[in-house]
Amino acid sequence: MSGRRIAKIGPPIIAFIIFLAIWQAGVMVSGIEKWMLPSPLDIVQEAVSNGGGLLMHTWASVQLTLIGFCVGTAVGLLLACSLHPMPWLKRAIYPLVIVSQNIPTIALLPLLMIWFGFGLMPKIVTITLVCFFPVCVATLDGLAQTDRTMMNYMRMAGASRSQLFWKLELPHALPSVFSGLKIAGTYSVMSAIISEWLGTDKGIGYYMVLQKAAYRTDRMFVAIAVVILLSLAMFGLVCALERLLIHWRRDNKQG
Amino acid sequence: MITTNEQQPVAQRDADHVHQHEAEQKQAALELRDVSMSFDGRAGRLHVLDQVSITVQAGEFVSIIGPSGSGKSTLFHLIGGLLRPSEGDILVHGQNVVGQTGHISYMPQQPALFPWRTVEDNVILAPEIAGKPKKEAREEARRWLSNVGLTGYERSYPHELSGGMQQRVAFLRAMMSPHELMLLDEPFSALDALTRSDMQRWLIDLWERNRRSVLFITHSIEEALLLSDTIYVLSNRPAQVLERVAVPFARPRTEALASEAEFVRMKRELSDLLRSIQSSSPIH
Repeated sequence: MSGRRIAKIGPPIIAFIIFLAIWQAGVMVSGIEKWMLPSPLDIVQEAVSNGGGLLMHTWASVQLTLIGFCVGTAVGLLLACSLHPMPWLKRAIYPLVIVSQNIPTIALLPLLMIWFGFGLMPKIVTITLVCFFPVCVATLDGLAQTDRTMMNYMRMAGASRSQLFWKLELPHALPSVFSGLKIAGTYSVMSAIISEWLGTDKGIGYYMVLQKAAYRTDRMFVAIAVVILLSLAMFGLVCALERLLIHWRRDNKQG
Repeated sequence: MITTNEQQPVAQRDADHVHQHEAEQKQAALELRDVSMSFDGRAGRLHVLDQVSITVQAGEFVSIIGPSGSGKSTLFHLIGGLLRPSEGDILVHGQNVVGQTGHISYMPQQPALFPWRTVEDNVILAPEIAGKPKKEAREEARRWLSNVGLTGYERSYPHELSGGMQQRVAFLRAMMSPHELMLLDEPFSALDALTRSDMQRWLIDLWERNRRSVLFITHSIEEALLLSDTIYVLSNRPAQVLERVAVPFARPRTEALASEAEFVRMKRELSDLLRSIQSSSPIH
């Protein structure tokens, strides 16, 4: 298993290291100014020297991301599960769900702040608005694709509507739900950062705004690195949860 | 209605079942009375079943053979209550069940086991739906699994089993159903020839020890002769009952039966009959 795992993770890690090495060499050879493009080593140095403050901001973003992700996921799941048994309602609401994704977050944020103030609320609404969508759509798709033979079996056996849902449709849709969760997990970090651009005094998003104003390119890169790491961590978290819950598919997936 | 059985736990329950219906003695497990079915499709009205009457006596093994597309699966969906017949009545143990689900036990063509459930939890699905306590059902399931040589697989997941084993589990799932009448829809058609004959032997053996009422759809004449007490031959669409054949062979049966003169004669007769239907079928 561990050999397989190395074979799976190895190539992207090597590719990433090569990418960093070329970057480092490029900066050193060309002698480009640090404020234009810092080298990877510069960025690491800056991150370490700026450690304490960075950690505080990161922690704030992590909290916001997790809360937003959970609320968004819950809203997405609830919406999907309540629309699924009512096809006419699903037809009516579905276009609205899609439209909700066409509103630019940047335009919405100031509005949300006017409505909900400067606290946690507008940020969580922003993240929820971004995260519920992939979860809702993936869950609805999963629920709609229930195996016909299993469905017929359950119905002939006399299963009630709720038994059909809990014993067949929902577990059958679970792999699809997790496809949505993976997208939502990655999006949740980005939307948390964006929601921190306005009306806050902590978080990586706020840190970015500060460094931008100070033309600290190196610190911008530090912020980018943190965002990437957080996104990867969220993705990993969802994958771990998936492995825990969908144990029956573990072997099929590699095939 | 013989339920001779030594250590089968289900035997007792089956006996209860039989007892329950003793009052309505000699009542058929299933009775289709002049069932007709047509669908309204884009290409106009599609007539699938025409006045089909089929009876399965309690404890009888009845097979249906017929050309493909003759509406055999529709028949099962009607009996299972997923569809309502255009005309006719469907009685299960004397009760009219037209359009009602939850009166039969069903084994589909594909095993259709639930991949997220262990073998044991798959087998107890029907009693679970019927609201039986899980613990009891599990104990019974474990006894059954050991009876059919699946000990050690209780906690396995379906994808870890071979095709033949999956079919056994699907069959046990049907056996564990609280509904006495079993509908088996070409359960062995997806298996290779060797596994198939294994499964036939297994099914004869298991059924002869338990004697549930069975309605069995198959494409194989040999399979039908080997397993059944009665065979119904259906025509092309719209399907009618062309012939009702009583299978006279004594039980317990073994595969050696297949080489007996009478068996071979009946097989040839049925093949000729089916071939004549097939050749008269409209070209698609």
